[in-house]
Amino acid sequence: MLRWLGRNALRAYTGLALVYLLLPIFIVALFSFNDPVGKTNYTWVGFTLSHWANLFAIPGLLDSVVVSLRIAFISTLAATTLGTLAALALVRYQFRGRPATSLFIFLPLATPEIILGASLLTLFVAIGQPPFFPLNEFTILIAHITFNISYVIVTVRARLSGFDRRLEEASADLGADGWQTFWRVTFPLILPGIAAASLLAFSLSIDDFVITNFTAGRTTTFPMFVWGSARVGVPPQVNAIGTIFFVVAVSAVAIGSFLQRRRA
Amino acid sequence: MADVDVRLVNVTKKFGDQTAVDGITLDVSDGEFFTLLGPSGCGKTTTLRMIGGFEQPTSGLIELKGEDVTFLPAHERDVNTVFQSYALFPHLTIFENVAFGLRRSGIKGDEVTSRVGEALELVQLIGYEKRKPAQLSGGQAQRVALARALVNRPAVLLLDEPLGALDLKLRKQMGIELKRIQREVSITFIYVTHDQEEAMTMSDRIAVMNKGHYEQLAGPETLYERPTTRFVASFVGASNLLEGKIGSDGESWTVTLPSGDVVRAPKSLGDIGTGGAIGVRPEKLTLLEPGQESKGNRLDGTVVDTSYLGVLTQYTVEGAGGLRLLVSEQNVDRTTRSDTWRPGERVALTWKPEHGFVVGDSKSA
Repeated sequence: MLRWLGRNALRAYTGLALVYLLLPIFIVALFSFNDPVGKTNYTWVGFTLSHWANLFAIPGLLDSVVVSLRIAFISTLAATTLGTLAALALVRYQFRGRPATSLFIFLPLATPEIILGASLLTLFVAIGQPPFFPLNEFTILIAHITFNISYVIVTVRARLSGFDRRLEEASADLGADGWQTFWRVTFPLILPGIAAASLLAFSLSIDDFVITNFTAGRTTTFPMFVWGSARVGVPPQVNAIGTIFFVVAVSAVAIGSFLQRRRA
Repeated sequence: MADVDVRLVNVTKKFGDQTAVDGITLDVSDGEFFTLLGPSGCGKTTTLRMIGGFEQPTSGLIELKGEDVTFLPAHERDVNTVFQSYALFPHLTIFENVAFGLRRSGIKGDEVTSRVGEALELVQLIGYEKRKPAQLSGGQAQRVALARALVNRPAVLLLDEPLGALDLKLRKQMGIELKRIQREVSITFIYVTHDQEEAMTMSDRIAVMNKGHYEQLAGPETLYERPTTRFVASFVGASNLLEGKIGSDGESWTVTLPSGDVVRAPKSLGDIGTGGAIGVRPEKLTLLEPGQESKGNRLDGTVVDTSYLGVLTQYTVEGAGGLRLLVSEQNVDRTTRSDTWRPGERVALTWKPEHGFVVGDSKSA
């Protein structure tokens, strides 16, 4: 009996941990098929596919999803580019202000979101009274790029610090100039780090609520839409869209790790 | 003498206040197998990296085929390097690794295929084109690194301890291979190693480096038979150095040992200076019974250790005043007796004065 327990305790514990992590997500997905009575979607009534069929029947939902995706794409692209270049500079070169830069990169990671959001709002209002610097999608973008750069730098820098500089010397030795060496040797080798960084940035951007709420003005992102509708009752379509996001994210990570395993 | 391929004039490299290379001047001839030999930290790798363009000298001049390349970046120099860690590109196949340099110089299509094929054939790795570096053994990776450099037909090939990561047997085998390849392609090789045996078997000339400069530059035979400094005498092979009061007697230098014995060496062997010494290699010493007559230099002593090594027997003999001498004796046709000498036995050590060597004043402290 004791031996049986010893052999299976770890399995049982692992199973419980997985249930603990996945149960809320399962509930979200499950209730996208619920057919609720009235505005609240908290008790199981009956199965229906109508919310999936009429995904964007709720006014404003589609717009908010489009806004969120656009912000996530652009901020990811910008933060990944700038962050990768910054990480390269920080790892490769000694320059004045390098230690200070390293410190500043950690500030957005360490600062509570609510402080970051409030200070960005203060900044945007201070540098231009509307209409000169209106709060809109553009200010959300600036805010998202700001915190995403830090995450990208930290991720890419980790990949770069294990990089064998002799490979770049070998490339130069074989006649490649700096540009060719970057694209033929450095970039392909740090690409997994850059991909991981951009996945992280995308997911941070698409579900950010606190900072976005401060800098959005009249713009509504998907998380803000959910928050707004929660006060009167979250429509099941929100569950459906959440489920789609989840499936897409998990597939992206699965495909990524599959590709990486095949390359190795 | 063939044309000069690489010329270093008073090349110095400082890292902060550390001097890694201290005013090296040397010429390497076209087609030569030239070796920089020395212990770690002697500046040999830094010298190689300056020739390759990975470090810039603090002062001095580097010429390649008569052209000043001192400040030319690595990718514009007609030299290629085999790195100690091989530095193969892990994301590229063996074919693409070898083709890398060709593609950078704008060579395309069939010529790339045929030249990569030739290079892989030279290092006997035909059939490995599609593999990735992670799928190779250490010896194979080393060959790919060599092919990747040679395929570009550089004026000079630089090799930074290329055999250092291989096990002893493979190292010997690759050493012979390297020498064969060098003869076949007749490209100038500049080879860096700390292994004196490796250096001796492969090189045309060797610069023995110590503390940022070279102490002697000569062929393997001269380095062994006529080392000119204490450092070279002890770094290349084993030596017995006889220190004492220096004097002169006609055509010979004399050294009066603390025991009062006097040993001699012809002045034609070199300049002993004011602080030099007379040396003799272990295999040039002959062991005699204490009473036996002999000519030349002679010291008395007691055998303290005997090691039978198959080809030869090695003895440690302690002379008067605690002086210890290494003696090797071939295990065939022993000159004086058929048995090995046993610890505790009294012996006489003799050698011809012209079989010794003379080291001069030490250049470094």
